[in-house]
Amino acid sequence: MNSITDFKYIKYGSKLQTYCPNCHRGLNKKYPQKGTEFVEVGIEYSGNKGKLKLSPYLNIFDVELTIDMPEGTTAEDIFCPYCSQSFIVDTRKCELGDHKIAKIYVSAYSRLLPFYICAQKGCTWHGLEKEDEGWLKIRIPRQKMTEQDPYMRIMNFDEVPLGLRMEQAALEAYRCMQCQKPMCIEGCPVNIDIKEFIGCIRENDMIGAIRKIKETNSLPAICGRVCPQEIQCEAKCILGRSEEPVAIGNLERFVADYERAMGVHIPPKCPRTGKKVAVIGSGPSGLTMASEMLKCGHDVVVYEALHELGGVLVYGIPEFRLPKEIVRQEIDYLKKLGVVFKTNHVIGKIYTVKELFEELNFNAVYIATGAGLPKFMGIPGENAPGVFSANEYLTRMNLMKAYMFPRYDTPNPRGRRVSVVGGGNVAMDCARTALRSPGTEKVSLVYRRSRDEMPARKEEIVHAEHEGIEFHILTNPVSINQDKRGNVSSITCIKMKLGEPDDSGRRKPVPIEGSEYEIGCDMVVIAIGTGPNEVLFQGTQEMKRNKWGYIEVDPSTGRTSLDGVWAGGDIVTGSATVILAMGAAKEAAADIDEYLRKS
Amino acid sequence: MYPVIEKTLIAENTICQFTVKAPEIARKVLPGQFVIVKATNEGERIPLTVADKNTEEGTITLIFQVIGKTTAILRNLGIGENIKDVVGPLGKPTHLENFGTVVCVGGGTGIAILHHLTKALYEMGNEIISIIGARTKSLIIMEKEMGLISHQLLVCTDDGSYGTRGFVTDLLKDVISKRQDVKQIVAIGPTPMMRACVETAKNPYIPILVSLNPIMLDGTGMCGVCRCTVGGKTKFACVDGPDFDGHEVDFDELDKRLRMYLIQERESLLSSIK
Repeated sequence: MNSITDFKYIKYGSKLQTYCPNCHRGLNKKYPQKGTEFVEVGIEYSGNKGKLKLSPYLNIFDVELTIDMPEGTTAEDIFCPYCSQSFIVDTRKCELGDHKIAKIYVSAYSRLLPFYICAQKGCTWHGLEKEDEGWLKIRIPRQKMTEQDPYMRIMNFDEVPLGLRMEQAALEAYRCMQCQKPMCIEGCPVNIDIKEFIGCIRENDMIGAIRKIKETNSLPAICGRVCPQEIQCEAKCILGRSEEPVAIGNLERFVADYERAMGVHIPPKCPRTGKKVAVIGSGPSGLTMASEMLKCGHDVVVYEALHELGGVLVYGIPEFRLPKEIVRQEIDYLKKLGVVFKTNHVIGKIYTVKELFEELNFNAVYIATGAGLPKFMGIPGENAPGVFSANEYLTRMNLMKAYMFPRYDTPNPRGRRVSVVGGGNVAMDCARTALRSPGTEKVSLVYRRSRDEMPARKEEIVHAEHEGIEFHILTNPVSINQDKRGNVSSITCIKMKLGEPDDSGRRKPVPIEGSEYEIGCDMVVIAIGTGPNEVLFQGTQEMKRNKWGYIEVDPSTGRTSLDGVWAGGDIVTGSATVILAMGAAKEAAADIDEYLRKS
Repeated sequence: MYPVIEKTLIAENTICQFTVKAPEIARKVLPGQFVIVKATNEGERIPLTVADKNTEEGTITLIFQVIGKTTAILRNLGIGENIKDVVGPLGKPTHLENFGTVVCVGGGTGIAILHHLTKALYEMGNEIISIIGARTKSLIIMEKEMGLISHQLLVCTDDGSYGTRGFVTDLLKDVISKRQDVKQIVAIGPTPMMRACVETAKNPYIPILVSLNPIMLDGTGMCGVCRCTVGGKTKFACVDGPDFDGHEVDFDELDKRLRMYLIQERESLLSSIK
């Protein structure tokens, strides 16, 4: 028999998940209003049976007691509220006095450990056996999604991370400390209630978790995949100070995928107000606006210039990063909610913004056209055949499905050695798409700053490196050279070094004289960013715009200089992320709703 | 879905004329503008210039030469069948005014587009001298229609089977040397023809308008595949054009860029025949 000193009196800083040693039912519960957790067990004292509520840290005898029991007395029995099996053990006693103790199980790193609490009111002794101490001290590591092997995945266009498994999601959710003041929510541009949704996963309530997310974010499966979480919610996670932060993005993706697999719930329609809102562009910002307006009871028509809905989600982000099926399902969900979509409508050409008001009787217009104008470097040889803008390359490969040429008719750009210029997500997408295309032997990426300054998501950079893309950092193209026939033969680059910080706060790259060298290639993709597309403005000259040509708006409401017209997303900010575009839509939606209710 | 209302095959079935129901486009489209057509779900997007419109009936007319897979699919569409996607009107309308004497030069399918412009120029009171040409007699289209809106119509074929034997540029040279008062030339047709016309219009210098036909993808200025050098600057034909001052256009570059996907186009056609 173990001696009494084998017990370990512990101070465990985190909440414990408790279970009955007999029936293994969970004992943790939540106060309905407050939402804080407690552990509930049955108690018997001098013939009276009642309930004892403990703090989830198990360090105080009682939080609440339904029967009278004086301080310093010992309970006769402590038992499971479900199976009524007694928790009291005879083999051990409390170390602070000869008191009875009760044994319950706590979970640690997916195993159950016996945990002892003193049955005397007022005694603070609690603990577990020394040999088990290690288990509670083991921190659950951040759960990693299984990924396709790099050697395999460069042969296909299927998604690279395969998602968390159910038990991984549960473990990951247990890593969350459920802070009193959750900082992660501040880090989210649309303020998803992260604490609550992870709390739901801890309780195995996946549908509850996804509903919680959908209160604020209508595209969770997409955000879970493409958000730069490492600079948003996960950057604020308290766990991140001592170890790796909770994988919030992966959990979001998990519950969204769970819901899609289980069948999506369509909420009932809200009462209609009879007001009509036109949304220009069906990208992330436009889709968010559509769902927000519907929630407010206004009718929505979304205009899309291309033949397919989703904007950058379908033409820009490749299949292996965001399967198009997911985008299609999210849009189907909006269709079922009652959004009207009109493809093949280039606003500015087929209707001007003014005509939307005058001829089609819209009450408000939201412009979310994105930044759809490719930037070029202005270096010699840029117009040679074999030089592509990232927009063209990705549109061909993703939207037009040229990677399945000739099953799909759109010709696919081909290159044996491909060079991609740029360091953002789009550049990574282009490089990785090129690598997956038949006939490509080598892909190099040319970026003028250092790896740390790359604006791409960390995960994408790592994936690109694993897949064998050659990085030329601190390198800037000077010219694109052509052979006799006019085809691309190489790019001449110059080495750069980092100088003083510029306006963006990043250190400005300066060329090192005489360091020119050539990178042999027969195809170049230029992914150095985008500017505002002029098509919309051809019919709306009076719109106030800033010096870069983006629409000037009131930063808190998204109102433009024209009455009844709002704007948000990349057409206001320049190329940014999916989630920022969605955040802008949410802010504008609140203002549009107020405006429509007043008018 | 955009249903085909009328369909005519001309010039030995190589040129196809469609009337397509697209009321929203018909109410807006102006001469010189084009639409992007995607025939099927798996299809590619190709630009086709709008040859005519009927606002009351809500239809537009498209004329195209059958050269690749997509145009072949379109030709096989029957009346009442649908074209999957038609986007437009795209591009800038041609700048037209009363110039005085205008020479309109058209080659092959370009005549169809030229007809739309010529009609507008004619109605503005210009004196129209039209020159149309093709490889052989059977490929000459819209001769009668052009005749109705021209003060003088000249026809030529490469093989001499109809009209004058030779190229349209030979006739253009003739007209320029005889008429000193030509204020403007409009040339629409294959790239080599437009390039030759521009050469002809250099001495003596006469302003010449050409309608470029580069490869296009989205047609809204998003992808930049249609970029061409005009007057030393990069322009996107889909939003800045498709009409440009012919003297400024870099035809060498345009020619190279047009050949970019020749191999793929051939493969596509071959795989569809199989």
